[in-house]
Amino acid sequence: MPELDQQLLDDITLGATVLGSGGGGDPYVGMLLARAAIAEHGPVDLVALADIPDDAHIAFLAAVGAPGVLIEKIPRPADGVAALEMLEKHLGRPFTHVAPIEAGGFNAVTPIAAAAAKGIPVVDADGMGRAFPYLDMVTPTLYDGKSTPMSLADEHGNRLVVECATNAWSEAMARAGTVASGGVMYFASYPMSGAQAKAWLIEAPLMRAARLGATLRAARAEKADPVAALLAEHGGARVIEGRIAGIERRTEGGFNFGEATIEGLGADRGRTMSLLFQNEYLVAREGDDAVLTTPDIIMTMEAETGEPIPAEELRYGFRVVVVGLPCDERWHTEHGLRLTGPRRFGYDIDAVRAATSATNGESAEGN
Amino acid sequence: MPLRIGVDVGGTNTDAAVLDGSTVIASCKRPTSADVLTGVAEALRDVTAGVDRSDVHSVVIGTTHFINAVTQGRFLAPVLAVRIASTPVPLPPFTDWPDRLVNAARGAVIEVEGGHQFDGTPYIETDLEGLREALSSGEAAHLRDVVITSAFSPVNADGERAAQAVVEEALPGARVTLSHELGRVGLLERENAALLNGALRPLAQKAIDGFLAAVADVGIEAPIFLSQNDGTVMTLDTALRFPILTIASGPTNSMRGAAVESGLSDCVVIDVGGTTTDIGLLREGYPRESSLAVQLGGVRTNFRMPDVVSLGIGGGSRVVEGAGGVTVGPESVGYEITTRARVFGGDVLTLTDVAVAAGRLTIGDPTRVADLDPELVRRALEYVDDAVAQCVDRVKLDRGEIPVVVVGGGAALVGSNIPGSSTVQRPSEAGCANAIGAALANISGEVDRIFSLAGSSRAEAMAAARQEAIDQAVRAGAVPESVRVVDGEDIPLAHLPGGTALRIRVRVLGDIDLTKETADA
Repeated sequence: MPELDQQLLDDITLGATVLGSGGGGDPYVGMLLARAAIAEHGPVDLVALADIPDDAHIAFLAAVGAPGVLIEKIPRPADGVAALEMLEKHLGRPFTHVAPIEAGGFNAVTPIAAAAAKGIPVVDADGMGRAFPYLDMVTPTLYDGKSTPMSLADEHGNRLVVECATNAWSEAMARAGTVASGGVMYFASYPMSGAQAKAWLIEAPLMRAARLGATLRAARAEKADPVAALLAEHGGARVIEGRIAGIERRTEGGFNFGEATIEGLGADRGRTMSLLFQNEYLVAREGDDAVLTTPDIIMTMEAETGEPIPAEELRYGFRVVVVGLPCDERWHTEHGLRLTGPRRFGYDIDAVRAATSATNGESAEGN
Repeated sequence: MPLRIGVDVGGTNTDAAVLDGSTVIASCKRPTSADVLTGVAEALRDVTAGVDRSDVHSVVIGTTHFINAVTQGRFLAPVLAVRIASTPVPLPPFTDWPDRLVNAARGAVIEVEGGHQFDGTPYIETDLEGLREALSSGEAAHLRDVVITSAFSPVNADGERAAQAVVEEALPGARVTLSHELGRVGLLERENAALLNGALRPLAQKAIDGFLAAVADVGIEAPIFLSQNDGTVMTLDTALRFPILTIASGPTNSMRGAAVESGLSDCVVIDVGGTTTDIGLLREGYPRESSLAVQLGGVRTNFRMPDVVSLGIGGGSRVVEGAGGVTVGPESVGYEITTRARVFGGDVLTLTDVAVAAGRLTIGDPTRVADLDPELVRRALEYVDDAVAQCVDRVKLDRGEIPVVVVGGGAALVGSNIPGSSTVQRPSEAGCANAIGAALANISGEVDRIFSLAGSSRAEAMAAARQEAIDQAVRAGAVPESVRVVDGEDIPLAHLPGGTALRIRVRVLGDIDLTKETADA
C-alpha cells in the first residue's frame, strides 16, 4: 500500500466526494483532521483487507449527524478515540485495526485521525463502497453481522454504549443519541474479526477514491475534460449534461428529501431529467422512466472542473454532468437490493444500473 | 442634475467616470500613484473638470488594494484569534493557511470554552474568566486587531458579543471582528474570512482616510461608498469594519460596467488590462458566480466571487519568439508600459507594439514598430486570439453563440473574430468600464444560516429570513421600495428527525438611497 501522504489524502478526499453519491458531507474537514493527527502522532499505516490476520479485531469508526452541524461543531478525533476505547472496554479486548463504514464523504477519512492517535492501522475496506443514509446499509448486514455493541461519544463528554435487537434498531438509537447531543457524534460499531472482515467488507474503497481523485486532478492539470476522463478511466456512465433548472427540498422523518431538475445543454438539449434524493441521490428519472437508481452511485459534477457537488450544495443555475458509477456487486443481489434498492426507499421500481463501461458506448438508459 | 462618480483603483491605472443616470458624461484614466491617493485625487479632479461638483451625489470607489495585500502578504496586521468552542479545539485558527500569510497575520490564538448548538442553545457557558486571564498574557496583550469566532454564531452570537466586551475592556482601542457578522455557517471558512478581515483593518483605515481626503481635496461633498464583491456598494463605515467584502470588486465592476455600456444583460465580458485579461459570464446583468469554495491568497473562504478566468495576457505583456514559437505573456512590463514599450520609446516588445504594427491600435509612435516581421506580428496576435477564444468557450454555459463585449484599457488588442460569438462589441468608453460599473452599483442584503423550525413553519422561517435580508439592505443604505429578492433557497439539515431545522439563504438587492448622507451611521 502507498504511504498516506498529503497527495494521497487530497485525492481520497476528492474521490470520496464522488462516492458520496450526493450525500456524506464534505470530507475537507475530515482531511484536515487526518492531516493534523498525522502531523501530531506520526504516519498511519493503510493496510489491504487481504493482508490482515484472521484474528484481527476491527471496528468501523465514523461520525453520525448532520453535515450542516459537522462544519460548525468540528468533531474532535480525541472523541473518536474515546468511542473506540469504550467499546474495547465493553468487549474486554483492544482493536487492532479500524475501518471506514462508508467510502463516501466525511466518513471515508474519519478513521484516519483516530488511527493516528491510537497508533493502529486503517484497513482499506468499508461496508458500503459509497455513502448510504442508514447505519444498517452495510455489507455485514448481508452476512448477519451485528452492528452492536456500539459506542457513541461526543465533544461534551457524553458516552453511550448500546446493544440493539437489530441493525435497523441501532440506526434509530444512534440517531436519537445524536439529536440529543446536538447533531454530531462519533461512533464505533460492527466489532468483527479479521476473518469476518475479509468475508464481509468491500475491498479497497480508499484506493478507489484515490484513483477517482487522481484522475480528476490529472485531467484538470492537462486542461482535459475531467468528467470525460473519469468515465473513460473508471467505467461509469454519463447520464446528462445540463443546468440545474430547479431544486425542491423537504424534510420528512429526519431526512433530506428532494428533487433537482436538470435541463439538458449542448448535445443533451431538449432532454429534462429529475434527480430524486434522500440525503443521497436515489433515482434519476427522465419522463416516467427511471434511467439510473440506487444502489449504483449517482453523482452531480460541475461540468468544467469536474468538482463533485453534493445534493446539499446544488444551486439553481449550476452547470453539471450527472454520472453513474457502479456499486459493489453485492448490492445487486436479492438481499442487497432489499436493503439498498429503490423499494427500501419507497420507490416501486426495479433497480436500473449504470453502464459498467463508458467504452461500450451505452449511457445508462432504462431497461 | 444628480451625478454619480465611479473610481477604480487598479494596480496599473486609476480610472474615473462621471455618470448622469446611466449616461457617461466624462471619463479619464491616470496612472495609479505609489501612495494610491494622489492618483485618486488627480483622476477625480480631471474627470470633474467640466461639471459642477455640487451636483455629485455619490462617489463609489473600487480598489484592488486589499486583494493585493492578501495575495502578497503585505501591509497585514497581526491578529489575535479567539475561538469559542469545546476545547481543546481540533483545527485551530489559521489551519490550512499558506506559511506566508500565517507569518504576516498570526498574532496569537486563544481558545475559550463555549459555543452553541445549531438551534442556538448554549451547550456550555462561555468561559469569559478564562478569556480575561489569557488576554493579560504578554503575547495577546499588545495586539489590537482581534477576531472572535464561536461555534454556530450565525445562529446565536451571544458568545461572540460577550467575548467582545471582555476584549474591549482588556485591550483598549481594540478593533474587533465578530465572525457572525461575515455570515455563513461553516466555521473554518467563516473564521478565515474574519481573520483576513481583521488583518486588513488598519490598512482599510489608512486607505479610507486617504479616499476621504482625496475627495474632500477636490471639493466634492457627496457621500463615498466602496464597491464590494457582488457588484453592490457599502458605506465607508461598513468598509472600515469589513474591508474583506471589497476584495473581489475589480472584475465585478468591469463586468457590470460592460453590461451598462453595451445594454446587454447576458454576454461574455473580456476585460483586457495591462498584465492580465479577465473573462467572465454576465447573466441577468450580474457576473456568474463560482460554485466552488473560493481561495483568497491560498485561504479557503465561503465568499461568492465572480467566476472569472484570468489569462496572463495584457497590453504590457512581453512578446517572445522562442523555440516553441511566438508567445505573449505572462511576463509584463505593467505600469512601466509608457516608458518601456517600443512605441513609447522603450526597447521591450509588448503586445501593444504588435497591435500597433498590425493596425489594431493607434497609440505612441508607429514608426518605431514599422520594422517588425509581419509573420511575427501575425503569430503573436494569433496566439492572443486563440487563448482568448479558448477562455470564452470555457466561461460560456452553452455551445451556441453569445454576444461578446470587450472592455478595459487594452480592449483594442483583442481581435473581432471570436469563435462562438454572435457579435463583438467594444463600447466607446470601454477603457473605463470598471469605473462605470462602480458608479452604478446596488446595495445588497444576505442571510445564510440555520433556522429552527420549533414553533414555526417553513414558510414563516423563509419569510423571516427574507425580512432580515431586506432590513439588512435598508440599513446598509438601500431605498426600501427598490429592494428585491434575487436568490433564495432552503436546505433542511440532513439526519435530524422531525424537520427541526432549515438552512436558509436569501439574497436581496436594492438601489442606493442617494438622499441619505451616511446611511450606515
